[in-house]
Amino acid sequence: MSGRTLFEKVWEGHVVTGDDPSLLYVDLHLVHEVTSPQAFAGLDLAGRKVRRPDLTVATVDHAIPTTGRSLGIRDPQSKKQVDALRRNTANHGITFFDLDDPRQGIVHVVGPENGYTQPGKVIVCGDSHTSTHGAFGALAFGIGTSEVEHVLATQTLWQKRPRTMSVEFDGPLPQGVTAKDLILGMISRLGVGAGLGHVIEYRGEAIRGLSMEERMTVCNMSIEGGARAGMIAPDQTTFDYLEGRPQAPKGDAWDAAVEHWSSLSTDSDARFDTTHHIDAAALVPHVSWGINPGQTAPITASVPDPDAFTDPMERDSVARALQYMALKPGVPLTDIEIDHVFIGSCTNGRIEDLRRAAKVVAGRRVASRVNAVVVPGSMQVKAQAEMEGLDEIFEAAGFSWREAGCSSCLAMNDDVIPAGERCASTSNRNFEGRQGRGARTHLMSPAMAAAAAVAGRLVDVREWQ
Amino acid sequence: MKPVSVVSGRMVPLPQVDIDTDQIIPKQFLTRIERTGYGEFLFYDWATTDDGSPSSDFFTHDPKRAGSKVLVAGRNFGCGSSREHAVWAIQDWGFDAVIAPSFGDIFRNNSANNGLLTVELPEEVVNILCEVARSPDAVVTIDLERQVVETTDLVVDFEIDPEVKQRLLSGLDPIGLTLEHEEAIDAFEADRPGWLQPAQ
Repeated sequence: MSGRTLFEKVWEGHVVTGDDPSLLYVDLHLVHEVTSPQAFAGLDLAGRKVRRPDLTVATVDHAIPTTGRSLGIRDPQSKKQVDALRRNTANHGITFFDLDDPRQGIVHVVGPENGYTQPGKVIVCGDSHTSTHGAFGALAFGIGTSEVEHVLATQTLWQKRPRTMSVEFDGPLPQGVTAKDLILGMISRLGVGAGLGHVIEYRGEAIRGLSMEERMTVCNMSIEGGARAGMIAPDQTTFDYLEGRPQAPKGDAWDAAVEHWSSLSTDSDARFDTTHHIDAAALVPHVSWGINPGQTAPITASVPDPDAFTDPMERDSVARALQYMALKPGVPLTDIEIDHVFIGSCTNGRIEDLRRAAKVVAGRRVASRVNAVVVPGSMQVKAQAEMEGLDEIFEAAGFSWREAGCSSCLAMNDDVIPAGERCASTSNRNFEGRQGRGARTHLMSPAMAAAAAVAGRLVDVREWQ
Repeated sequence: MKPVSVVSGRMVPLPQVDIDTDQIIPKQFLTRIERTGYGEFLFYDWATTDDGSPSSDFFTHDPKRAGSKVLVAGRNFGCGSSREHAVWAIQDWGFDAVIAPSFGDIFRNNSANNGLLTVELPEEVVNILCEVARSPDAVVTIDLERQVVETTDLVVDFEIDPEVKQRLLSGLDPIGLTLEHEEAIDAFEADRPGWLQPAQ
């Protein structure tokens, strides 16, 4: 019998019953305001209880304001939604990080920083970026509202066993190239549908060298490559990050947990269904030019020509992208002027992201044409940044410093990018209308977005370092 | 959930790849707390001009397309956000099935949980269906029991996960079915290691 992959070990450790589909036990269920009200309503209608409120944690993030919070939520619909979550969590005895809680923040920032996210857990949430938590060696994936209701009622989920994919990043990342460039580079090479039906394991020297926050950036965007989950084997970096966090095991329980977590790595003789190699040492900073995260190129490149694509569907897609983005083939990416900069989101709203961006803007000014905003991923990230004086660096440079939430990543609140305007964004999706109807998004790393804010156009941040 | 066995009706072609759920139902409609009423906002940004008035050339406003039952689209349909509102909007507009070469994993699960039939067919076949569907009168029949798609001059088999097929055919409440395994869940829970207990 051949060895097992990280995914197989976690999966097989959670099968309650059944073989394809299997009934999987869920160790952690994260809940937010937008995808849960219909699930709680269904539960209440059927007279069912939440089976394990103690394994369920809720926060507000998607549709809440990032300014003037003391005034409450102005949008009546969003207010109703947050009120519903407050009521539902109170009725069912679920821990809830409300708008005024110092632990409030984006669900995928809150889980890890409080130690809820741990290696080997099965973690679900009604949000596709749940893949983030795979950075710890958890099997974490997004689910729909019907599945949220199913997990609330049963603490389990029927799942068909996905195929396994290894993406190995050889060599260390070069100076000035970040985790965001690594994942954007991967998606631009493999395409947005490559991971369909798969769980990705990110492997190799470049991955081992990443911090936990960088690993989260990588796993976060697994879904943009089509994979519902992405995983990285837990190691000393993982344990060091977790130790002492409020929800991490303590004392003997910690030792027992670390022993188990250390056994989860993929065995040397395990096999993957699909394997890819990427030369990480050859990667450069990437920016997106199109309307999906696969439509991304090195900052040193130019806007592509649709005629260069042989697949007719792909050619149409590129042509449509260039029309939406108002870009012409052959224009160097560094010639693209921008109007907005958004630094934040579950992809790049953590303390290391803010430090990197602050380092670039320190002593510089945001270009007069640019409206630049920093939205910390959580109130704890915000407090930490303020302790380090990062808020002062950003504000002195002309950035607006906000309260935590998803904000302009999907613009469900007031942080909408106006039609026809262009935003350098550290978020995860450049879909049409994502940041506002007619808004044009360019995805990139925090350092690249910070440099773009100062230059007023896309730039290669390596030239500044 | 209503049982699904045969879907028969007119088709709407949408021959684009990677149609994400942000396009199917844009974010401004996700603050509602109901499961119904999303149909009028289906593909809202594509279906309206910048001032919010209907784009007459988009199918959702085309009287000849009203009452269509099957959407035919390019590969990786429903990628991106996990929002189940996308499925609710597609069904609420009137569709009972979507045919595409591939689907986003979360979208496919959401569809099964709501009785929206997703049929995967090879890209060449989907391209032919899109051609046929250019005529708003062209009818397609999807027989789930026999796993066959049939339209003018074309009969093709399709694969579907047997468990999903049974669930769609029966229309039974999945939570009720899972609760029949409550003893197994109790037993699994009792065996979980102590360090998985949350801190107080």
